[in-house]
Amino acid sequence: MNINTTKIISLLFFIFSAFYLYTAYQIQVFAFDENAPFNARTFPIYLGYAGLFFSGLKLILPDPNTIKVDHKNLEYKKTGILILIAIIYGATILKVGYFLTTSLFLFASYYFLGERRWILMFLLSFPFVAAFMYLLHGILDIYLRDPFLQSIGVMG
Amino acid sequence: MIEGILIGLTTALTFQNILMVMVGCFFGTIIGMLPGLGPMTAIALMIPITYGFDPATGLILMAGVYYGAVFGGSTSSILLNAPGVPGTVATSFDGYPMAQQGKAGKALAIAAWSSFAGGTLSAIYLLFMAPSLSKVSLSFRSPDYFALMILGLTAIAAFSSKGQFLKAMMMVVLGLMLASVGQDSLSDITRFTFNNMNLTDGISFVLVVMATFAMSEALTIILKRNDPTSAAKQVSLTELGSIKINKEERTKMYKTIPRSSVIGFLIGVLPGAGATIASFLAYGMERNVVSDEEKEKFGKGSVNGLSAPETANNAACSGSFVPMLTLGIPGSGTTAVMLGALLGFGVQPGPRLYMTNPEIFWSIIMSMYIGMVILLILNLPLIPYIARILAVPKNYLIPLILFFSVTGIYVMSFNNFDIYLMIGIAVVATFLRLYDFPMPPLILAFVLGGLMEENLRRSLLLSNGSWEFLWDRTLTACILATTILIVVWHIYKTFKKKN
Repeated sequence: MNINTTKIISLLFFIFSAFYLYTAYQIQVFAFDENAPFNARTFPIYLGYAGLFFSGLKLILPDPNTIKVDHKNLEYKKTGILILIAIIYGATILKVGYFLTTSLFLFASYYFLGERRWILMFLLSFPFVAAFMYLLHGILDIYLRDPFLQSIGVMG
Repeated sequence: MIEGILIGLTTALTFQNILMVMVGCFFGTIIGMLPGLGPMTAIALMIPITYGFDPATGLILMAGVYYGAVFGGSTSSILLNAPGVPGTVATSFDGYPMAQQGKAGKALAIAAWSSFAGGTLSAIYLLFMAPSLSKVSLSFRSPDYFALMILGLTAIAAFSSKGQFLKAMMMVVLGLMLASVGQDSLSDITRFTFNNMNLTDGISFVLVVMATFAMSEALTIILKRNDPTSAAKQVSLTELGSIKINKEERTKMYKTIPRSSVIGFLIGVLPGAGATIASFLAYGMERNVVSDEEKEKFGKGSVNGLSAPETANNAACSGSFVPMLTLGIPGSGTTAVMLGALLGFGVQPGPRLYMTNPEIFWSIIMSMYIGMVILLILNLPLIPYIARILAVPKNYLIPLILFFSVTGIYVMSFNNFDIYLMIGIAVVATFLRLYDFPMPPLILAFVLGGLMEENLRRSLLLSNGSWEFLWDRTLTACILATTILIVVWHIYKTFKKKN
């Protein structure tokens, strides 16, 4: 059997399906539902078997369309940094507020992607977010939680 | 029906809704022109905005984005030979050679008029077909629905996977597994939450769409060092040529448009098929029916060769609304996103939609006409300028996509966990995309997961646990037989390719 990354992903999916199936069997159902034709664990159990079936087939059957990815040409560093910035953004957005974190997130993302036109970077972060906030909060009446703007009295 | 049309027109012709169609068409055109960013991403990015509207307006906005994205894809096919969406690949076969001959303006005009005619004709087909099909589908029972959903999921896996059927089926199962997280709808028993309160209500549909499309597409662009905006910088505003179509060309289009619109619409109605297959089929059919002299011109700038796929892909867009509006089962990934959004509004599409929410049902159909007119008026003269807007570097485009994704989740839940979950799913989806695991089947399965379980539950309870319900009714048995044929055929093809 020719081992390639697709096969490894299929193997991981097979293991995941097995774990899913095990967890499905552990779902606690009401005593009167235990022998019912359908209860809360029935559908997940079928799904678990379906996952095992299709990933098993993918593992066993030949793979005529092998996908080759040239990892040397992939931009892991920038992607990783961007994901990290997004995680920090997610971690701070509730405490600091939408306006400041979103503006800083955009500004930092532009910077790490290689942009150096400072005025454009600024315009497409702070004023842009303010305008977008006005659209959502002011015009469309969609609530946006922002402790920072509330603390300085800009937002009610 | 007249009453319905009037209700639809009253809703669709309000200032707000016309404005939404215009915004949708404009925004969709821009996103659709960017290779790699298709209608699903465009619609997903619009979801946060739709929270502020009523369901009809929200859906009208999304429908406008859908048409705009398909039209935008045609523009980049013609001007740059870089189809923005798979449904416009066939457009480039004759559109790009025409542009190279200095007739880019004419090619754009043929594409715009063909799209307009295809979309308008298919909206008329939809107008007559949807209410009749709704009445027929009222006779559908739970086993039929269950079988139909299995068929829909199998078909989308078969058509969207480009020879990777098993990968697509794995994505279907993954989508259904994600949908099973949270409380069971009947017993309220929590499943796969691992005592995490944030998962009790399940994983949000918007979160999954944003993660698997918008966010993962943005990450893929960075990871693969693609620049979807670079091609747009090549567009010359001065070399487009005239947009006038002469009498001979018009005559050719008159013959092509009706037959291609029928093909496009019928393919669009089929679950899983859609604009890509419709455009290729229409192109192939057109080549077979034209004269030998015209046949020679195919691939070198044929008017028929450009008009046919353009008509068909727009007709397919309208066709794909049929299963969603009448059965509550989306036929494509894009309509799955729209169905999810409708469910988010508390509207349940299906055979009763046009009775319970006639304003939504009819206003969507009516807004299609308006959308087509707006696309024609707005896009044809403005397209070179829109193309220039696309010269925005990816350094700005990517963070803005991420910003829209996070905002969509933030305004929905105000919860850090959802943002982390979205980033996690996006990272996995990006990795899976690298190895050609298709995402539309996952979305369709995620949307249908709850409905599928519900219909299986009813079927099994009514048949007292027996699986005979699958072949008790002729309709159920036929649908299931078609599904089995698709599965067996694709597994057989995998074997045959290797040998």
